[in-house]
Amino acid sequence: MGARQGGMEYFLQQLINGVTLGATYGLIAIGYTMVYGIIGMINFAHGDIYMVGAFISLVGFLLLGFFGITYVPLACLLVLVFAMVFTAVYGWAVERLAYRPLRGSQRLAPLISAIGVSIVLQNFVQLSQGARVKPLQPMINGGITLVPDADFPVTISYIKIMIIVTTVVLMAGFTLIIKYTSLGRAQRAAEQDMTMASLLGVNVDRTISATFVIGAMLAAVAGLMVTLYYGVVDFYIGFIVGIKAFTAAVLGGIGSVPGAMLGGMLIGLIEAFWSGYFSIEYKDVAAFSILVFVLIFRPTGLLGKPEIEKV
Amino acid sequence: MKADMPATNRSRPSMSAMLRDAAAAAFVAALLAFPLLGFKLNATAQGLHLDMRLSWVPIAAGIVFAGRLLLTLGGQYVAPIIARRVAPDVDAIRRRLPSRSAYMVGIAMAAVAIALPWLPFADRNLIDKATLILIYVMLGWGLNIVVGLAGLLDLGYVAFYAVGAYSYALLSQHFGLSFWICLPLAGLLAGAFGVALGFPVLRLRGDYLAIVTLGFGEIVREVIINWDKVTGGPNGLSGIERPSFFGLPMLPTSMAPPGSTTFADFFGIAFSPNQRIWFLYYLILALALATNLFTQRIRRLPLGRAWEALREDEIACRSLGINPTLVKLSAFAIGASFAGFAGSFFATRQGFISPESFTFIESAIILAIVVLGGMGSQIGIVLAALLLVGLPEWFRELEQFRMLAFGAAMVLIMLWRPQGLLSHREPTLRLSDVPRKLVSESAT
Amino acid sequence: MSAASPLLTVEHLTIRFGGLVAIDDLSFSARSREITALIGPNGAGKTTVFNCITGFYSPEVGRIALRREDGREFFLERMDGFRIARDAGVVRTFQNIRLFPGMSVAENLMVAQHVALMRASFFSVAGFLRLKSYLDAERQAVERARYWLDKTGLLADADKLAGSLPYGAQRRLEIARAMCANPALLCLDEPAAGLNPRESNALNALLTDIRDEHGIGILLIEHDMSVVMQISDRVVVLEQGRSIAQGTPVEVRANPEVIRAYLGVEDEAAVASVIGQGSAH
Repeated sequence: MGARQGGMEYFLQQLINGVTLGATYGLIAIGYTMVYGIIGMINFAHGDIYMVGAFISLVGFLLLGFFGITYVPLACLLVLVFAMVFTAVYGWAVERLAYRPLRGSQRLAPLISAIGVSIVLQNFVQLSQGARVKPLQPMINGGITLVPDADFPVTISYIKIMIIVTTVVLMAGFTLIIKYTSLGRAQRAAEQDMTMASLLGVNVDRTISATFVIGAMLAAVAGLMVTLYYGVVDFYIGFIVGIKAFTAAVLGGIGSVPGAMLGGMLIGLIEAFWSGYFSIEYKDVAAFSILVFVLIFRPTGLLGKPEIEKV
Repeated sequence: MKADMPATNRSRPSMSAMLRDAAAAAFVAALLAFPLLGFKLNATAQGLHLDMRLSWVPIAAGIVFAGRLLLTLGGQYVAPIIARRVAPDVDAIRRRLPSRSAYMVGIAMAAVAIALPWLPFADRNLIDKATLILIYVMLGWGLNIVVGLAGLLDLGYVAFYAVGAYSYALLSQHFGLSFWICLPLAGLLAGAFGVALGFPVLRLRGDYLAIVTLGFGEIVREVIINWDKVTGGPNGLSGIERPSFFGLPMLPTSMAPPGSTTFADFFGIAFSPNQRIWFLYYLILALALATNLFTQRIRRLPLGRAWEALREDEIACRSLGINPTLVKLSAFAIGASFAGFAGSFFATRQGFISPESFTFIESAIILAIVVLGGMGSQIGIVLAALLLVGLPEWFRELEQFRMLAFGAAMVLIMLWRPQGLLSHREPTLRLSDVPRKLVSESAT
Repeated sequence: MSAASPLLTVEHLTIRFGGLVAIDDLSFSARSREITALIGPNGAGKTTVFNCITGFYSPEVGRIALRREDGREFFLERMDGFRIARDAGVVRTFQNIRLFPGMSVAENLMVAQHVALMRASFFSVAGFLRLKSYLDAERQAVERARYWLDKTGLLADADKLAGSLPYGAQRRLEIARAMCANPALLCLDEPAAGLNPRESNALNALLTDIRDEHGIGILLIEHDMSVVMQISDRVVVLEQGRSIAQGTPVEVRANPEVIRAYLGVEDEAAVASVIGQGSAH
């Protein structure tokens, strides 16, 4: 490894790794940023929603195997739908049961409730699915070799291509939803002023529910991708990925969807390059240090709107 | 699922509406249960298999149906009775309580805590558990300075606890310093960490602070895990010196360093391992009470009032000449030092520390104690610690369900009392108590 | 009008928000023992001027100098907000009242004396040890709080939560709190807004008393013309960020520019009657 670290190929490889990782962080970060934008709470359980999504994807794959569907693209598509639908129910139920009754109470009440939900989800999955790591044999193999004649060939596997393409498509679609649909308008209105929005006929409850559902769906996609990519899932994966994704959302400017994508990419790249060039041990330290650094100079994140103090 | 809150002034929903509502809840429960309860991923040597247990889905749905129906019925028929009969009484009692009642309750609780080891049913096990609860009470009181008084959301409080624990362990192992010298040093070091972290980030808005402190907690843990030359890595540090009774080791004579007088010898009593348990209990009780006294007193000083004012309105504070950064930093650092004290106690009690004791879940528990206790209520924190740390200790056998119940309890208590168990704030000054006489003196 | 050098001197103050010029080359001054009123239609930039003076905005162009009676001079445009209050002695109230609602009325007034008490408590050390020097300072602070509660008619409410007071009382408490912070210049952002006529009269009495008995300068934003005309010594009229007239209330009232700005018509007689009755509100 050492001698090759200086090469362009090595750099490219890290770049691809970073973008792949960043894509999944970005997908999860959108869930954090949207919820924060609309009700101003840190949805601490979102990382665990992603973990639930990964488990549901795994169940989906094995179910398809049970029904004899082995054509990989079809299987992936079906599992994607399966995971998105059932994870969305989790997202919806969590909001309905644990957050909605606390709307309008003190600022920390929903946060504590969210931490409780996070603990519940982790332990529920641990109890119902067992604590052991769940391995899935790789389904999508092979890849494209980008620089074939180099002594350190750069390959980009199909699975990475799939992750990046899916993420880009979803993010683009999602930006369109927020820009042009009535749901997006309702979301933005509720973000600005919830009381006013409801006076003007926006169904705030439904808008918030929709926000959680969309966030959970995107987290489910991330869960599926990670399941395919790493091939191992356990009940604890939600925590650290959740923190990273939240960091990404803050880095990008919380409340801003493009910011979440950008932040996710940055965190992914920082991690990949740090592990590639320095040491794998302190990669989280690097990510958080950069967050602190950015916040000192841009207190509202990279793409966050600068806050004007109203006096 | 529209009729979520039992409201007395709303017309009662019909039975069929209640049934429909329960059916909707059961349907959602079935959807939730289907992927994760209906199937079990079974990892075997041959790979991953799917075990079917679809019968669990209707069972789960049935339980939810019954539960929801009972809750709605309860809300319909029981809640109004409670609201009519019990609630006014409770209010009346609360009104009749003298204004100093919190103080009296506090004194009574302290008295019980001091007497605890002498009570007939107090065995070693109970005192051990009480010691553990007191650690969390102390941590809760320490974090309360940061979260409850100054209103700064700190999700990485456990980092300072870890700094305290490792400071003590390393100082005592490398320099042979005694617990009583290390205790203040550990507090100082943790406070210094608080300043170092707080200085760049305390200008940030509340929720940004939350993520940065959370990140800091993880960084400290990661450093402990990876810097194994110093910290012992994931294996931790063992053989940490046990506390001495102001220099008298609490060991049997045979194990004490040659030439030293043991605690038992000094007082001319027989050695018993219980002595150490008792000693540790009183030590943490003293530390916790010191934390409480500190908070009680500083609340009445300008610094403490500035903390609370900052929580209420930072802009107004600035317009009165208060330096918000400095005031926040002081709260952050002082809160951190108390975690440092508690950490060094933890290290000396366990004799062994490892990064596993300093995970995020610890921060979450401490924060939950503060918020469930009622943000700023010292007695509320004790109650919350008893509830969140004490109760689960008695259900250790149910290891697996313990954490599930713990998480669910956090949610339910929050839903039940969003303001916390005791949300009453004792004012730091009553003008009517300050003698009036002085007015005429100063006027003349 | 006293010939002494002014307490506050604002020169060529200019602020832009994006492309919008909020304040355009504004100059005026305010003196000790005088009430200077800043008036103008909505959106004229009055609160923006306040925000510059008290350090919430930093202007691009201009100088805001404050000269205290002991000769110290401060350039407020370069100072942090809390230093402006602490060192220069410029203390303000807010258009949307900003109390510490969860603390008692008396506690609000104690917080206002933070700077002095913090020094007396020697960064809490003397306070912890309950040294006599600190206890004396604390007692004085309580007396000061009591004095201002008495002045503002809030003595009976001293131990209530500030947030539970009725609106008018909250306004008075905010002024009492500002006075407890020992200002050289008191900046009041629409103190009479939302007050009934009786409360408004009491406010006038309070403000003239502060001016005459405590020797400080008051800078006032006000819509209520009865307040402005009755108690102010000087009036600065703003329109779209520019000063269109300055002078005594009588001078300003007769100024055709002011009349045009207020009613958008040239009907002098109508305007004079409106302003004269003090109901242009």
